[in-house]
Amino acid sequence: MRLRRCGHDAVLVELDSLAQVAAARAALAGLPGLVELVPAARTVLVSFQPGSSGLRQVQGVLDQADLSAPPVGDARQVVLPVVYGGPDLQLVADTAGLTVDETIALHSSASYTVAFSGFAPGFAYLTGLPEPLCQPRLETPRARVPAGSVGVAGEFTGVYPRSSPGGWRLLARLADDADALFDATRDPAALLGPGDHVRFEAVG
Amino acid sequence: MTRALTVLATGPLALVQDLGRPGYGHLGVPPSGALDVPSLRLANRLAGNAEEAAGIECVLGGLRVRAETSCTVAVTGPSVPVLRNGHDVGSHAPVHLRVGDVVELGSPTAGLRSYLAVSGGIDVPPQLGSRATDVLSGIGPPPLRAGDVLPLGTPVGPPVGEDAVPPPSPSDHLTVPVVLGPREDWFTDPAAQLAGVVWAVSPESNRVGLRLLGEPLRRAPGFEGELTSEGVITGAVQVPASGRPVIFLADHPTTGGYPVIGVVPTRYLADLAQARPGTKIRLRAQAQH
Repeated sequence: MRLRRCGHDAVLVELDSLAQVAAARAALAGLPGLVELVPAARTVLVSFQPGSSGLRQVQGVLDQADLSAPPVGDARQVVLPVVYGGPDLQLVADTAGLTVDETIALHSSASYTVAFSGFAPGFAYLTGLPEPLCQPRLETPRARVPAGSVGVAGEFTGVYPRSSPGGWRLLARLADDADALFDATRDPAALLGPGDHVRFEAVG
Repeated sequence: MTRALTVLATGPLALVQDLGRPGYGHLGVPPSGALDVPSLRLANRLAGNAEEAAGIECVLGGLRVRAETSCTVAVTGPSVPVLRNGHDVGSHAPVHLRVGDVVELGSPTAGLRSYLAVSGGIDVPPQLGSRATDVLSGIGPPPLRAGDVLPLGTPVGPPVGEDAVPPPSPSDHLTVPVVLGPREDWFTDPAAQLAGVVWAVSPESNRVGLRLLGEPLRRAPGFEGELTSEGVITGAVQVPASGRPVIFLADHPTTGGYPVIGVVPTRYLADLAQARPGTKIRLRAQAQH
């Protein structure tokens, strides 16, 4: 673990694994004056109101935390109904050495956890992807990936909350009647947040 | 009668802004909010509002609104003509409007962003606790258009009759401190490199970031690759592959995959908000303390 200075009121905590990131995020969550607590793949950014004592407590809290233990908490359990048949489903199956049906079964039977969000509001990076489905991004990203597309990239799977450019290999799309991944007028606005548990359910 | 302002003209860009929605970075939501925070706070005080009320942030003037109710407005930012029914009543002072009165902002001769506050505040529905327009994510009301009718809240206090509030005088040469880190080790001699360049603000700058033109910053040996994406904050000086820095402003993405050489302290962000394209900027590495 290493703390890196990030202006006067924030620090970037560098960690060794997604598991440590999850533990560090949980340990820092209650600090006084906290403004932002942003996990990523190997870091947690933590920022505070100017002058609050929280920043000075970061090192001590992390020194006392067991970064090898997963956080305990009331994570939400979310089931996302999806329709498999995405434009890269055959490519992913071929790369994995599986049939399309086996690929769907593998993706929809795994339990995922939101490691972090980013890229766009409500875009959650889900860990727990079975190893055969851990595949590189497309060589040429798409200029437009439709909202609701379910893709894989590296060790992550995720759903595009809205249409955007993107290079993930697309397996499925969110069912038409599924709740929106992100709706700024809803409370909570994001369907998925760090720590939440997620499963995909094949429908249609 | 409904308290409202009708937008008659917007100039190049007019947005509803308040103090933004910090605290949702973990969901991928930028903080957003006024870029020149002290100016919005001042406009609100002059109009008798709480400092966090929503007002209008406009670029290079040209905003024209009609009062549909008796209200008080105040315009801050750089000094600009403020015309009430065609007569200049001045910026940085409360201006009373009767029903049907029209207020128009002229163009600033220096600086970029003006703030108009109105008694009661702009009362569009908040999203994630804020009425700010986030141009990166599309959260909040869309950019204002002629014909928009903006509901106003209930005034909470009398206008503050300050008559000697000096407007800022934006300069075409800025020197801005940068606290090195978190990724200054990705650059050869970062303090000296920063000191050695006079940057110019690119016309491609916006609320997401101030893009700088100039001699590219050089990476240190062994740091040529990509960075795993990590959280970034407002004021972060991110250095993309081109070597030309982007200083993140309020609508910045919440994570980024390019190294951040340093961070501009919050109190200097208002100067950056007023920096026109072509403004010369020196970035001076600040000693740690």
